[in-house]
Amino acid sequence: MSPHATIRFTVNGKELEVTPPPMKRLLDVLREDLGLTGTKEGCGEGECGSCSVRMNGDLVNSCMVPVLQVSGATVETVEGLAREDEMHPLQKAFLECGGAQCGICTPGMLMAATHLLRHTPRPTMAEIREGLAGNLCRCTGFIRIFESVVAASTTENETESLQDSHAR
Amino acid sequence: METVLLALKRVRCILTDNPNDETAPMSTRAQTRIVGTAVPRKEGVDKLTGRARYVDDMTREGMWHGATVRSTIPRGRIRAIQFDPRIDWSEFAVVTAADIPGENHIQLIFADQPCLADDQVNHCDEAIVLLAHPDKHKLRAAVDAVYVDYEPLPVVRSIEESERQDVIVWGTDNKIKSFLLEKGDVDAVWAQAAHIVEGEYRTGAQEHLYIENNGVIAEYDAAAGITVWGSLQCPFYVHKSLMAVFGLPEDKVRVVQTETGGAFGGKEDYPSTIGSHAALLAMKSGHPVKIVYDRMEDLAATTKRHPSRTRHRTALDKDGKLLAIEIDLATDGGAYSTLSSTVLSRATLHACGPYVCPNVRVKSSSWATNTVPYGAFRGFGAPQAIFAIERHMDEIAATIGMDPVELRRRNFLHDGDMTATEQVMREPVILDTLLDRALKESDFYARRKRFAQENESGTVKRGIGMAAFYHGAGFTGSGERYLNSLAGVEVTPKGEVRVLVSSTEFGQGTNTVLTQIAAEVLDVDYADVTMAPPDTHIVPNSGPTVASRTAMVVGKLIERASLQLVATLRAQVGLIQGHSREEFFAACERLRAQKGNVVSLRRYEAPPNIFWNDEKYHGEAYPAFAWAVHVAQVAVDTTTYSAEVEEFWSVQEVGRVLHPVLAAGQIEGGIAQGIGYALYEKVQLRDGHMVNNQMTNYIMPTAEDVPPIHVVFEEIPFIYGGFGAKGIGELPHDGPAPAILNAIHNATGISFTAIPLLPEDIFLRLAHRQNVEEPVIA
Amino acid sequence: MRGNPEAHELVAPGSLDAVLDLLAKEPNVWTPIAGGTELMVAHAAGRLAAPKLVSLWDIDELRFIQTSTNEVSIGAGSTFLDLRANAMIAAEFPLLARAASWIGSIANQSRATLGGNLVNGSPAADSSPALLVYEAEVEIISVRGRRRIPYCAFHTGYKKNVLAPDELLLAVHVPGRFGQHRQYLRKVGTRRAMAISKVVLAGTALVSGGTVDEIRLAAASLAPYPTRLPATESALQGKTLDDAAACTARTALLNEAKPIDDLRSTAAYRSQVAANLLDEFLSQLHGEARTK
Repeated sequence: MSPHATIRFTVNGKELEVTPPPMKRLLDVLREDLGLTGTKEGCGEGECGSCSVRMNGDLVNSCMVPVLQVSGATVETVEGLAREDEMHPLQKAFLECGGAQCGICTPGMLMAATHLLRHTPRPTMAEIREGLAGNLCRCTGFIRIFESVVAASTTENETESLQDSHAR
Repeated sequence: METVLLALKRVRCILTDNPNDETAPMSTRAQTRIVGTAVPRKEGVDKLTGRARYVDDMTREGMWHGATVRSTIPRGRIRAIQFDPRIDWSEFAVVTAADIPGENHIQLIFADQPCLADDQVNHCDEAIVLLAHPDKHKLRAAVDAVYVDYEPLPVVRSIEESERQDVIVWGTDNKIKSFLLEKGDVDAVWAQAAHIVEGEYRTGAQEHLYIENNGVIAEYDAAAGITVWGSLQCPFYVHKSLMAVFGLPEDKVRVVQTETGGAFGGKEDYPSTIGSHAALLAMKSGHPVKIVYDRMEDLAATTKRHPSRTRHRTALDKDGKLLAIEIDLATDGGAYSTLSSTVLSRATLHACGPYVCPNVRVKSSSWATNTVPYGAFRGFGAPQAIFAIERHMDEIAATIGMDPVELRRRNFLHDGDMTATEQVMREPVILDTLLDRALKESDFYARRKRFAQENESGTVKRGIGMAAFYHGAGFTGSGERYLNSLAGVEVTPKGEVRVLVSSTEFGQGTNTVLTQIAAEVLDVDYADVTMAPPDTHIVPNSGPTVASRTAMVVGKLIERASLQLVATLRAQVGLIQGHSREEFFAACERLRAQKGNVVSLRRYEAPPNIFWNDEKYHGEAYPAFAWAVHVAQVAVDTTTYSAEVEEFWSVQEVGRVLHPVLAAGQIEGGIAQGIGYALYEKVQLRDGHMVNNQMTNYIMPTAEDVPPIHVVFEEIPFIYGGFGAKGIGELPHDGPAPAILNAIHNATGISFTAIPLLPEDIFLRLAHRQNVEEPVIA
Repeated sequence: MRGNPEAHELVAPGSLDAVLDLLAKEPNVWTPIAGGTELMVAHAAGRLAAPKLVSLWDIDELRFIQTSTNEVSIGAGSTFLDLRANAMIAAEFPLLARAASWIGSIANQSRATLGGNLVNGSPAADSSPALLVYEAEVEIISVRGRRRIPYCAFHTGYKKNVLAPDELLLAVHVPGRFGQHRQYLRKVGTRRAMAISKVVLAGTALVSGGTVDEIRLAAASLAPYPTRLPATESALQGKTLDDAAACTARTALLNEAKPIDDLRSTAAYRSQVAANLLDEFLSQLHGEARTK
């Protein structure tokens, strides 16, 4: 039995403290300790990207992060994308363009897409494909997801809003 | 969110032909407000915000976790089960076959599959013992501490070994099911044929790879009975199995579908097994029990697409017209029958392709082997059969020296023609239109010519190929009559229309299209209509969510039930013609005051002239067919032997398109799965156990592997389908594999006849030729 | 999740010295974990044998990229995203930048470290062939001091290396003397992205007047660990680039390649494709020589 560690970090702008075993996966801490079940487990081997979150501005698979390594870090999950009732431009674009079908890859896909647009506000199709390559979707064949990202990236005021959330 | 809803909301068209009774031919009407428009997916906001609750996101008070001890050999008698004394078993609930209160069988077509293996195992990874514990982390060590002692029995590994019948592993002859479909006199034709072409084609197993693994939560209460929440397609299938396993009446078993993260057929029959397992543990432990498989267990233990072998022998006249088709089709069914007989039926009925042929004989059989049972997967036997016929058409064309496009065109079915089961094509068949459009969109001939020139130099060889096919919509033959589906709408006192169906949403758009239909007919807003919870205690049995039947069959039931409600409101409480939304709900309240509730249900009625003879396999096999032409452009790299799809065109006729965005999403997603089926996805078995049971090693296409896909719909409304819809979900998986291998044939001149076609397979044929021909330094 | 988090201890001493002290005090007890892209997979699968782990994540002394006049030094804790983001690496060591872009996905590259990739020692390691043909050196550190050895001497067997129980990989030093060389790197994987390599071939060469003055070749997935291909190099060294030389080299490669059949490919395929990649490199060298 390992000693549990007290770990403080920030999730979606909120400072938190948890006391799990230090080798518990960030994924499980989010889902079980914090009730943030939007982040999904698809494979547990860093392959499907369903558990993608942003950690200190990097896109990571939360199934591969032992929670001890999150100490002091800033984590963003799908639950942090919308502000109250106003969905993030990417969420709106996914809704409009059919980017979500069964929805299980969607939270991770949104995090990867958010990450992409924060670094590359006007991505080429090749950049979109690379940026989302670590997120497997079995429903859409990806085409509507690409369209969603393009739609979110090309609307003027939505880009502002994207940069807005980047500044946060 | 509000802005999106506003943006998507379409202007209300004025309805000039408001229905005043439910016989009005609703679906042929051209102008609609909601049907045919891209309303936002009904449950879309929940999915996009992370609020949607999948089964692993749920918990119950006092919930324990379950795990499964599985067989490690493909076949053997169980001599003993031992529990390692180093584990404190008193902390665990332990369930074996002896704990099953009812019948130890999963209820599908034949009840041959045990819920838990009792005296014998018939495949690897078969469930033998179930364990539950409050701490899920304690389970793995406990599973490893249950030792099963076996007396191994001889094993059947392949279709060929099963056919040999040296070892009998199922029934008296290993044959799970056979069909014989005959038309005309095949044997009389061979002597007069100008050409006879033979071929053998094979397809491999395919994993659904839904991103959410199988999972359920079960609760047991001696008085109330069993409740199972789970990721599943068919609540009433699970309901039926639970009733048998527990020996409980209908009202003591409740099944609720939770948000389901992909299914593709993989959650058609398996949830009956995992649902029964969790319920047994719940009964034994006295706690709610959750079982959620991890990826390794899901890949190893749950169903896959049936592998197949199809032999064709075809006679043609000198002009390339089909004279006779003789087909011997075999599938590997795995260790238990599950759905193999109906998968085989659909394979049989799609084996001859969309062609006219006066003389046909299709013999088909599904053979038992000691592998995890193969099950339902999008297409349900059709992709296997269509791979064979559509590859074979290119083989025929090459053999007789005809353009493969022209060969198909000369033999296409048209209005009034008869299929192999002598079903007359009463609805319009527009294969020529689809073909012309596909050729035009893909610039087929120009590309083919250009590639032929370019391929003379360079290490990358390009090619273009096509496939034409139909997919029968709805249950086969008399299936829909047996299902006798019931569905409807109700209006709640809160002023909300609810669609009452057991048809489930797992990404394909059930919630959206059924609420679109109800809103359209009732003349209310899309936002006024929701889905009743998919709970067997609440909704009627509208049949399983399979077979591309939901939009067509259940959609029609919702259309009819809604029309019936409007007619009732007009007749009984004076709802006026051209009513407003407010007038509708006010009328509903008047009806409620009279009757106590506002519910309208309709039961399935077959379209006229549907006659099917199960014994002779003759007649109207399907109420309607969806049609498509696929074109694939491939590049084969002769340095690495890898084939990639560079561009894809899909032109189809699926009746009325109820939702353009969702429909295109179905086509694109099906094509991506079809590309995986053709070029990437290989289930590797060793002694019947899947050894590549990780996502790292079972390779599905990523965002970088899927090509641009061009989707074109031609719409011919089918009046017996919901607002004119026919089936759409399975169709797109039927065509990619043959179109791609035909394109590879065009690129390399090599005719490959088996999928998955991996670089290692291309290497075996291509490298041999290279070593003979090519200089090293260009 | 088959592993039990309760069954493992994980500490993060936070500095290189503290980690080295721990390793020295209790050799063979502590397993270093950096970005977790290998060990956390094992953890989830219930295959993580290490009861005590020490975190190398976020230790600044391990995460740096420094350039001097004649080499670039990359801290073992640098992620592949760090490598990709570095303009100097992109310009001067294109093979390394390209190899970094092949590691899993963006989410993997943000966590997977160069040191982790090398210490894990997969036969299919994506970054290794590039480092081998750049004649990289690795620097190893312990409380006893530092040592620097050629990277090609680092691996000693399947998933085995020269690290003593108290040692850590500190940095990789890549000499900058290959600017004038023709460079080649190609990965053949299971798909375009998120792919484990079936074969990787890397090469650096100097060709003058159609003659091979210098050539280095290295491969992944042709042996129990990534290796140089000395026999193939010898077959080409000092030779005129023609069909005969290419043929001899191809034969040499097929002789010295010792790939295996596994879940991802076959030995025969790997050998043949490696030989084809060699042909491709030689064709490029030949073409470039001709157009000069």
